[in-house]
Amino acid sequence: MPSLLFCGPKMAACGMVISIWGVIMLAMLGIFFSAKSAVLIEDVPFTEEDIRNDPNPPQKIYSLYNQVGINCFIAAGIYVVVGAVSLCQVRLNKRQEYMVT
Amino acid sequence: MVFRSEEMCLVQLFLQSGSEYDCISELGELGLVEFRDLNPSVSSFQRRFASEIKRCDEMERILGYLLREIQKAKIAIPGEDDGPLAPPPRQVLEIMEQLQRLEMELCEVAKNKEKLQRNLRELTEYTHMLKITRTFIHSRSRYEEFPTVETGSVTGCTGMQRLGAKLGFISGLIQRVKVEAFERMLWRVCKGYTILSYTEVDESLADLDTGEIGKSVVFLISFWGDQIRQKVQKICDCYHCHLYPHPENDDERADVLDSLRIRIQDLNNVLHRTEDYLRQVLQKAAESAYSWVVQVKKMKAIYHILNLCSFDVTNKCLIAEVWCPVSDLTNLRGALEEGSRKGDATVPSFVNRIPSSDTPPTLLRTNKFTSGFQSIVEAYGVGDYREVSPAPYTIITFPFLFAVMFGDLGHGTVMSLFALWMVLMEKKQKKKRSGNEIWATFFSGRYIILMMGLFSIYTGLIYNDCFSKSLNIFGSGWSIKPMFANQHWTNKTVQSNSLLTLDPNVSGVFSGPYPFGIDPIWNMAVNRLSFLNSYKMKMSVIIGVIHMSFGVVLSVFNHLHFQQKFSVYLVFLPELLFLLCLFGYLVFMIVYKWLVFSARESSQAPSILIHFINMFVMQGNDITPLYPGQTGLQIFLLVVAMVSVPMLLLGKPLYLHWLYRGGKALRRRRGYERVRRVSEDDGSITSTCDDDEEEGVDGLTIREAPPKQFDFADVLLHQAIHTIEFCLGCISNTASYLRLWALSLAHAQLSEVLWAMVMRLGLRITTKVGVVFLVPVFGLFATLTVSILLVMEGLSAFLHALRLHWVEFQNKFYHGTGVKFLPFDFSHLPSVFEQDGLL
Repeated sequence: MPSLLFCGPKMAACGMVISIWGVIMLAMLGIFFSAKSAVLIEDVPFTEEDIRNDPNPPQKIYSLYNQVGINCFIAAGIYVVVGAVSLCQVRLNKRQEYMVT
Repeated sequence: MVFRSEEMCLVQLFLQSGSEYDCISELGELGLVEFRDLNPSVSSFQRRFASEIKRCDEMERILGYLLREIQKAKIAIPGEDDGPLAPPPRQVLEIMEQLQRLEMELCEVAKNKEKLQRNLRELTEYTHMLKITRTFIHSRSRYEEFPTVETGSVTGCTGMQRLGAKLGFISGLIQRVKVEAFERMLWRVCKGYTILSYTEVDESLADLDTGEIGKSVVFLISFWGDQIRQKVQKICDCYHCHLYPHPENDDERADVLDSLRIRIQDLNNVLHRTEDYLRQVLQKAAESAYSWVVQVKKMKAIYHILNLCSFDVTNKCLIAEVWCPVSDLTNLRGALEEGSRKGDATVPSFVNRIPSSDTPPTLLRTNKFTSGFQSIVEAYGVGDYREVSPAPYTIITFPFLFAVMFGDLGHGTVMSLFALWMVLMEKKQKKKRSGNEIWATFFSGRYIILMMGLFSIYTGLIYNDCFSKSLNIFGSGWSIKPMFANQHWTNKTVQSNSLLTLDPNVSGVFSGPYPFGIDPIWNMAVNRLSFLNSYKMKMSVIIGVIHMSFGVVLSVFNHLHFQQKFSVYLVFLPELLFLLCLFGYLVFMIVYKWLVFSARESSQAPSILIHFINMFVMQGNDITPLYPGQTGLQIFLLVVAMVSVPMLLLGKPLYLHWLYRGGKALRRRRGYERVRRVSEDDGSITSTCDDDEEEGVDGLTIREAPPKQFDFADVLLHQAIHTIEFCLGCISNTASYLRLWALSLAHAQLSEVLWAMVMRLGLRITTKVGVVFLVPVFGLFATLTVSILLVMEGLSAFLHALRLHWVEFQNKFYHGTGVKFLPFDFSHLPSVFEQDGLL
């Protein structure tokens, strides 16, 4: 079976750090977007017509908020996968280092 | 952490000549005292223990050779945590013998290996030569030179007859680069009586002597006549060819080839065994290599220290002069007793404390937490002896000022977590001696970084800034709905204006300040920077004035300690009055305006700056006063500040001049008046030295011994420089603290730009598949945050906070011209081998 190791110990550690940070931060962003925080209004992709032509304001904006929130949760989920892969790489690196010395 | 450096005393050690080695060894293990050189005029070759040091040097040389060989063989050296003690002199010879034996063995084995390898190369070349010349002889194109051997001529090749002359052969190898010149030389010298055939060897062979890999060429020269033979041989010598005997016929060739093959096999075997043996020897040596290195290092250090001591007249005991902290005197006595016991001395060694007028070195004891802060204070300058140390306050003020410039909750959290990780794995890290300098710097400052991160979390909560977004924890104090209630705003106003101002005077709009920090609504306001700039600038000035006043107050302790009570009235008081009357009043006006003026009077709120300027030009009559009696108070403060300047300038010189010009009646008192730089901390000594001063016999500084030599001009000049520095410095240093505002603004803006330009792109994606785009965008955001905002901004804020401490805070009271106490401690001595990377 060919070696599953494709990155060195430092790269794997970086991957782990960014994954953990990504999971935490994106999950919190998702929560804040779902709570329709006003501070994040600039990050929601609304246009002029969304505000003007809305029959039931502000439901259109709220639905956009929810959409971005779900996007954030999906990205957090992807980062969980990346974190798992990095963890594998870290373990494989440790094992290889143990075997060589 | 200590308030000021420790009290030191000069101590004489009387070491008995039998046990001095052990005593010094004990002292080295404990690291209590700093030795002084009692033989400064003696060169290092003339010192008493020079031969022992030479012996240690020899041992170090052998150890270096040994370590290099061990490293070449890639054997790991096991280190021990607590090193062995310095060996007693009788053990030294044993170690020396062992090392010399090892060196000889290694040299021999290495030489043998060399010889064997050379032999191997020769044989390989011979083999190649034989194989290739076979092809020469049997190839068809050479048919004319060599009549076919199948004719069965009994004379063989050398006996071949051609045109009546005897044919001879010389064969060998030559380097490829020389082959053309060789051919040409042969042609010219032998005038066509030789024929040269050559072919390059396929594989690169190692050169016999140097071992370099290079291409060689096998050649075969056939010639007629004896004279030609001599000429050819001389030419071959000239070109450094390796000649090998050419076999007569094929059978002989085959025989030689066989025997060569067997010999090469044997040689390879022997070489393998030699290498194995070498490795065994090195492995065994590696086990004790570490302890030998430590022992030799300690021994050399002890002899070096012994060289600093002087022998007394009877040559029976050694006298050493050391600086010792007063609190460690009992430990010192204990150590000497222990050493005497180990050395089996008949008479124990003892200590004798002597008075001294030299300035002792400065010692401040630190633990692993405070040592980082102490080192950043010492990077500016080591404190004078018994001067107030700014380090304990730096533990809090430095991270605080850093955090004021860095304030971001998210960045602070990341920084704290990084520092926490370093702190938690510090035991593992200490064992691993990393060569990376940058990492070593970060690691040694891990507690500083942890404090900076924690304080940044606090200021991040105050500024309400987390990755440039505000957190709404308590609910904003501003509300928009009441603006519509009284028809201030209608739908038409909202539709026709792109920006609207919330009016806090309308009831219900502003329901009170946010409980902790800046209101989160400001994150969405367009005039956010106008509000924050005013707040941050005023905060910086307030922090600056408080920090500087604290520095001035600390100078009182220095004045009192160095017995200069007059300085408290003539230097400290004018300084403090000047600072507080001008800038303290500015701080007062800022706080007054914050407290007294609210949103209702905001249109009539005065400008503090105008009032401050008017105070100086004394034209305050045409604007409404802030409070009744303002003009009077301001004139009073201005007068006090103006008066304190000449008092600062002339007070101390005139007082000292009056003091020294006074008659004999003042001589008694003079014993207690010392100019700042003289070291005198033991009150009991001053009274005894009073009488000595009359005669001027002792070693006190000459500066104040004869009163006529008090240099008024010198003192006046110093004081003038100090006055100008202080007064102008007050103004410039207060303005300098505005960098707290500037850097925090820069950090906030960079953070906002990073979010808007990077993270927003990922969040605004509307397509279905676009969500995957958010993943690399976040990765990029994280990388840029760490590299730009944490590393770059962090280093920048660190540097500026450090500058504020070194210049603005410390020049109010700290001199920093002392010498650091460097105790004789084995663990502080660097090992030469570690520096070379051999250990």
